[in-house]
Amino acid sequence: MEYLLIIISAVFVNNIVLSKFLGICPFIGVSGKVETSIGMAGAVTFVMTIATLVTYLIRTYILIPFGIEYMQTITFILVIASLVQLVEIILKKASPALYQALGIFLPLITTNCAVLGVAILAGQNDYNLIKSIVFAIANSIGFSIALIIFAGLREQFELADIPQAMKGVPIAFIVAGLLAMAFMGFAGIA
Amino acid sequence: MNQLQNFTKGFIRENPVFALFLGLCPVLGVTTTAINGMGMGLATTFVLLMSNIVISLVKGFIPANVRIPSFIVIIASFVTIVQLTMQAYLPSLFEALGLFIPLIVVNCIVLGRAEAFASKNNLISSIIDGLGMGLGFTFALTLLGAVREILGSGSFFGMKFIQGDGILIFILSPGAFIALGYLIMLARKVNK
Amino acid sequence: MAKRESTIGNMILALTVITFVAASALGAVYTITSEPIQQAMLAKKNNAIKEVIPEFNNLPSEESYKIAVDGDTLYFYPGKMDGELVGTAVETFTKSGFSGEIRIMVGLLPDGTINDVTVLKHEETPGLGDKMEKKKSDWSNQFRGKNPAEHNIAVTKDGGEIDAITASTISSRAFCEAVSRAYLNYMNEKENN
Repeated sequence: MEYLLIIISAVFVNNIVLSKFLGICPFIGVSGKVETSIGMAGAVTFVMTIATLVTYLIRTYILIPFGIEYMQTITFILVIASLVQLVEIILKKASPALYQALGIFLPLITTNCAVLGVAILAGQNDYNLIKSIVFAIANSIGFSIALIIFAGLREQFELADIPQAMKGVPIAFIVAGLLAMAFMGFAGIA
Repeated sequence: MNQLQNFTKGFIRENPVFALFLGLCPVLGVTTTAINGMGMGLATTFVLLMSNIVISLVKGFIPANVRIPSFIVIIASFVTIVQLTMQAYLPSLFEALGLFIPLIVVNCIVLGRAEAFASKNNLISSIIDGLGMGLGFTFALTLLGAVREILGSGSFFGMKFIQGDGILIFILSPGAFIALGYLIMLARKVNK
Repeated sequence: MAKRESTIGNMILALTVITFVAASALGAVYTITSEPIQQAMLAKKNNAIKEVIPEFNNLPSEESYKIAVDGDTLYFYPGKMDGELVGTAVETFTKSGFSGEIRIMVGLLPDGTINDVTVLKHEETPGLGDKMEKKKSDWSNQFRGKNPAEHNIAVTKDGGEIDAITASTISSRAFCEAVSRAYLNYMNEKENN
């Protein structure tokens, strides 16, 4: 079934972080602890899905009929910025603890290339409404999996004996590279 | 800080990629060759420079509470201008950079400099800051692109110097992460 | 400069002015660039056409026709020298590539013989499937001069005459599928007209 293909492709084969290189900033910044990563993953899933839905509607019913596709970048990013504001307000009221834990990274979801990237890709692939939503959810699952696995790995090697110059970000990237290599094994499933 | 320091900080001490870890998505995504890295860097520098200029000029007219959406519209406009211009006059670079061109709008460097610098400093300083950071970014992209191209395809700026293929992993996803990891480590040693 | 107060009126004014200026500027740039953009896309297509069919002096893109097939579209670009058909470039596709869609321009002589092929777009693995590109290897030259009516355009594993790219059977298979698709539909169109 086509939907299964979209899901497997987005989660494993063309993983948004490890294969398409979108969403790297929070990937490196937040994945220090597993708990924060889970919170971040949830927030990103919410924003990504709703953003893809709204941008799909804007593209289909406003941009294309009026021939102003070149306004896509502006309208899409404004939608995402507004959604993040919304999530911030809701989170402040509903779960102040999570709000504090995520800190600066919450407004940074606006600049998360993954969210804008997925919205643009759904349009490029010409998905209809249902496929766009499935695509968005699948990609957020892919993002979450990569993020959480990586956080788990990082928590482990904080305890390992690493050369001074490598500590922190450099070793994180090298491990990310190895994780990406592992995910490459999924190629060809689709 | 005098203007010379303002300009050079973007290259090593506060290099957006190697020291501040900003704007990483295109760094990994387009650096399969040196020329792609350079093209991306210059496109981003243009957006950074222009939005720094505009924001520095109109900062007095923007109420504090709407500054982020305003910055975003200004930056997104310049990104769209770059998009359209590239599509018209540099079509092969446009295709090579693909999705990452519209993604310049969410490049943390651009919004970051707008918020941290251009909205608080005069025009000249903002121009120099934009140029310094942008060119520092371009330097990082070109360097990573060159490393990956030399190791992965055995060529430099499109000129091949070996027969056949290089160490292919470097032009694929894992190679990007690993090469960047080592470059950051080197930058740290240089900065000490 | 002192910042303006964040009253509702000021905020709405600022956003409206900025958005209006942005939209106008973009509209202007769009108008200036839409011609060159069209030209650039056309030039790319024409270069591919020139690569795969014999010399012509008409404008194939102006005489092109298309048919919907297998969920996508095939585009036919007839090349004529002084009014006589010398070859047809067929823009064909396959969705069965290792990493997704591959688009190819196949040049067919009037009787269906393959004159040449060139890749328009693909995402195959560098060093493996990407050897289908002319600048990466001579692999695609083996299609030249073969008429699918007499030669089975399939990889040897599937009983055909095409040597697959080493360790890239899937990419090679998909490539053959695209070429066959072009040939079959071209011959169909020829018969129906």
